[in-house]
Amino acid sequence: MSVDTATVAKIASLARIKVSEAEIEAMVPELNGILAWVEQLGEVDTSQVEPMTAVIPNTLRLRDDVIDADPLTGGDKRDAVLANAPAAEHGFFGVPKVIE
Amino acid sequence: MSTYRIQGATGDWEVVIGLEVHAQVTSNSKLFSGSATAFGAEPNSQVSLIDAAMPGMLPVPNRECIRQAVRTGMAIEAQINKWSRFDRKNYFYADLPQGYQISQLYHPIVGEGSLTIDADEKAGIPADKVIGIERIHVEQDAGKLMHDQHPTMSYVDLNRSGVALMEIVSRPDMASPAEAGAYLSKLRTILRYVGSCDGNMDQGSMRADVNVSVRRPGEELGTRTETKNVNSVRFVMQAIEHEASRQVDVLEAGGKIVQETRLFDPTTGSTRSMRSKEDAHDYRYFPDPDLLPLELDDAFLEECRASLPELPDAKRARYVGELGLSAYNAAVLTADVDTFAWFEALLAETASAQGKQPAEVAKQAANWLISEFFGALNKQGKSLEDSPVSHEQAAELLALVGKGTISGSIAKQVLETMFETGDNAGVIVEREGLKQESDTGAIEAKVDEILAANADKVAQYREGKVALFGFFVGQTMKAMAGKGNPQVVNEILKAKLG
Amino acid sequence: MTELTELGVAQIRDGVAGGDFTAVEVAQAFNANVAAAQEALNAFIIATPEKAIEAAQATDAKRARGEALGKMGGVPIGMKDLFATFDVQTTAASHMLEGFKPQYESTVSQKLWDAGAGMLGKLNLDQFAMGSSNETSYFGNVISPWKRNDGGNAALAPGGSSGGSSSALAARLCPAATGTDTGGSIRQPAAFTGTTGIKPTYGRCSRWGVVAFASSLDQAGPMARSVQDCAIMLEAMAGFDAKDSTSLDLPVPNWEAALSGDMKGKKVGIPKEYRVDGLDEDVSKSWDDGIAWLKDAGAEIVEISLPHTKYALPTYYIIAPAEASSNLARYDGVRYGLRDLPDGANLQDMYAATRAAGFGPEVKRRILIGTYVLSAGFYDAYYTQAQKVRALIAQDFAKAFEQCDVILAPTAPSAAFGLGENVDDPLKMYLNDVFAVPASLAGLPAMSVPAGLNREGLPLGLQVIGKAFDEQGVLNAGLALEQRAQFSAKPEKWW
Repeated sequence: MSVDTATVAKIASLARIKVSEAEIEAMVPELNGILAWVEQLGEVDTSQVEPMTAVIPNTLRLRDDVIDADPLTGGDKRDAVLANAPAAEHGFFGVPKVIE
Repeated sequence: MSTYRIQGATGDWEVVIGLEVHAQVTSNSKLFSGSATAFGAEPNSQVSLIDAAMPGMLPVPNRECIRQAVRTGMAIEAQINKWSRFDRKNYFYADLPQGYQISQLYHPIVGEGSLTIDADEKAGIPADKVIGIERIHVEQDAGKLMHDQHPTMSYVDLNRSGVALMEIVSRPDMASPAEAGAYLSKLRTILRYVGSCDGNMDQGSMRADVNVSVRRPGEELGTRTETKNVNSVRFVMQAIEHEASRQVDVLEAGGKIVQETRLFDPTTGSTRSMRSKEDAHDYRYFPDPDLLPLELDDAFLEECRASLPELPDAKRARYVGELGLSAYNAAVLTADVDTFAWFEALLAETASAQGKQPAEVAKQAANWLISEFFGALNKQGKSLEDSPVSHEQAAELLALVGKGTISGSIAKQVLETMFETGDNAGVIVEREGLKQESDTGAIEAKVDEILAANADKVAQYREGKVALFGFFVGQTMKAMAGKGNPQVVNEILKAKLG
Repeated sequence: MTELTELGVAQIRDGVAGGDFTAVEVAQAFNANVAAAQEALNAFIIATPEKAIEAAQATDAKRARGEALGKMGGVPIGMKDLFATFDVQTTAASHMLEGFKPQYESTVSQKLWDAGAGMLGKLNLDQFAMGSSNETSYFGNVISPWKRNDGGNAALAPGGSSGGSSSALAARLCPAATGTDTGGSIRQPAAFTGTTGIKPTYGRCSRWGVVAFASSLDQAGPMARSVQDCAIMLEAMAGFDAKDSTSLDLPVPNWEAALSGDMKGKKVGIPKEYRVDGLDEDVSKSWDDGIAWLKDAGAEIVEISLPHTKYALPTYYIIAPAEASSNLARYDGVRYGLRDLPDGANLQDMYAATRAAGFGPEVKRRILIGTYVLSAGFYDAYYTQAQKVRALIAQDFAKAFEQCDVILAPTAPSAAFGLGENVDDPLKMYLNDVFAVPASLAGLPAMSVPAGLNREGLPLGLQVIGKAFDEQGVLNAGLALEQRAQFSAKPEKWW
């Protein structure tokens, strides 16, 4: 499988990265080189193999339903949450107006 | 089979409906963080670093949310998957801080199940109908955008971001707005019974994405549209009606239905295309590498099962079978958690106050609750939740009737006074001297007076004008200011009139 | 007395505890080195001398009160700028996060401060840890203190992504530093700079508060100048964290106390697939040296096979970009970091502009690859297949470990290369991690220890890979190598 300029433009749009036409042109051979290289995985017979789900055998722990049990993972910290916001107003994050 | 059809200019059309219901899981804290979930908090006050997707933040699942999803699955007799996992659904939007929603695509926690909607002739549902449920999965809710606070900006509030939702996906098994409405109501009832969702649709705790398509009867499925976030049963029905007719109009004009996301406008009852979701999405789902597979053990499942309450269908059957209630009364009383809880409390207290088995007083309690009490509540514009009369007070009143202390008609009067004053029935009866007279001697004396004063009518009665019996009862009761025990009055009158 | 900045973790810890010198003296000495080397090496994105002094004062005060000092008591360290540090700029070496001051502290850094360490500064790295030469940092290249012995003056790469860490260690700007390893980012820079580093078993060190690159691979670890120092620091960094769902709920062993270079009764596996055609002669020779040293330490050498080795890198370059493309979606200009809002831009325009301006070319490249391999129609062919091959790679190791206790291999296929030598060919750059990536894919503990210098006078590293959870086995084999390699070379000071 290889990508063309239209595909690269589409991926870049999906990834929300603005790219110029010149950048797309440059990326096409680069990405194709990488894709051609990773496609050697197709050689491996994996018909009897399950995809890896956990790197190290381990089970998912579930936490207790307690509010703010650990201040690091709890809420009630609006100032901390907004501290680095490019546009914080009246306790909200501001973004360009969205029309739904 | 539903006979619902849309009559187009060129013939009849069937409607095919599927619902994806998002139900907020009842939990104290969010699905993957410890922040609170309460409704109506100050903007961004219930937001953790995790919910705001700060760099390096990681999700840890809330056991209660998983448990509630499993219990819900059990309530619709669905396949519970002991092995499931979370996937990321990738897209960019201002209400989605991570740039992906943690959801379950490939391995949902709950698989195939179903629920039954009840026959309702008036609504065009001739028989009970089983609606298939494809799956229930657990996922994160998004934040909220506000568009009307600033001329050029939208504001983002992440309080809801990360709250646990169950997405309950039906099969496209519904064929009329009424069926969809009945499905949604029944689902809401079940969720409220189970306690996995409060069902508060006006607060957004439950909302439906409505998939609608139309087709000629018996033909292949048509292209469907999805109307997002419709938040009441009535709106769901309206949205379907509008959307189905719109589709018929488009098709009959030679057009094609575009598979798209639409928005419901409650003020006009119509749907419109959603601009912001126009671009075809490629969500790039893949297993969330921050989370391991979710494996449920037997003990967990056992606890989930054991903690399930009696469910609506079973309860209704029991009310009819064991308590002897009419099908109608049973349906009314089991329609909601608040109602049956009130009824069952009333029943228990009434039975114990009268030293009887619940089944012996159930009919009385049910009839009274539905016809008298609900009526009185209605008059005051109140619901059971904010009823000024408690079930203990109501049980006392019923016991007074049951024991013959007051008559049914006096009970009405007492209930009114209870609503007005909040006083207990016994106090009111005592204070106002409303106790029923059952003493035969006293009643006999009154009856004798009445018969003596109406000798002509007595003669007519004895000649065969038996309809006059009611007259004598009325006169006696009137003379006793309504407090004569009607049964005793009847017996004595019968004996004296011969 | 030796200069304080020549001392390692154990020596500083013991010296401070024993009153040979104060923690403040140590911090001052390193602060001075950091400041003096900043312009030439660019190892730090920001220096935080006041933090180092503050921690040192606390340690000295504790000692004065007669209290026990922590595992890292009085040891100033460098913090890779991928770890969130409270109210101290944390950038992942990206323009995207320039000026970002987290209102939280990563679990690992917090544990280090709790153990008595102090922070000299935030170390430079490849942007979002994506790179093998530290050339993708928005804040400029890190320069290795090493020079080739050819009389030339070519600036060399310190390796990557933990290049600030490795350069700072080799130049004696810190006695120890944190690193993170996704596909070799601790081991390869350690090998390039004659330093030591261990990537523990996946899940040993919490990922909470570490800017994510590829979640299923990212693992923090210590970098220092000796195996013992790594053991000490790893003890301070590791441990169960309920905030990380993939954290291992295991006690932290006392690795330092159990260190032993005696390899009697141990089997060392030599993977034949790593002996690739055209392997650098010096690298090959150092590997042979390593084999001889471990034999000398009493180990039995066995040949093993890891048949899917050649597929490890392609597997990695599907999985890591796929995870990264999603992990980096949060950088959207809404809640923190850069926002680029062109005139009249709508929300989606803002995203595209912000991400175009904030991410460097390598980050964009990987996001695009990751987006592509996850996109509709390609997911199974790329991502699912890669996760299957990954399972086979892990199986290879599991089988190999039935025959041996640890595996010995080179860390990198070459010594440090010159800056700019590989930047035009991403694939060539990726090949740097060919020996490091398999252990990452399998989540296994692996470390690099210096083995000697090549003909150009540049350090080469040897890699020890162990069974899951067996950091001790890895450290012990590392110690056996270290004791015999007697590596004492250090870059001549030119900065």
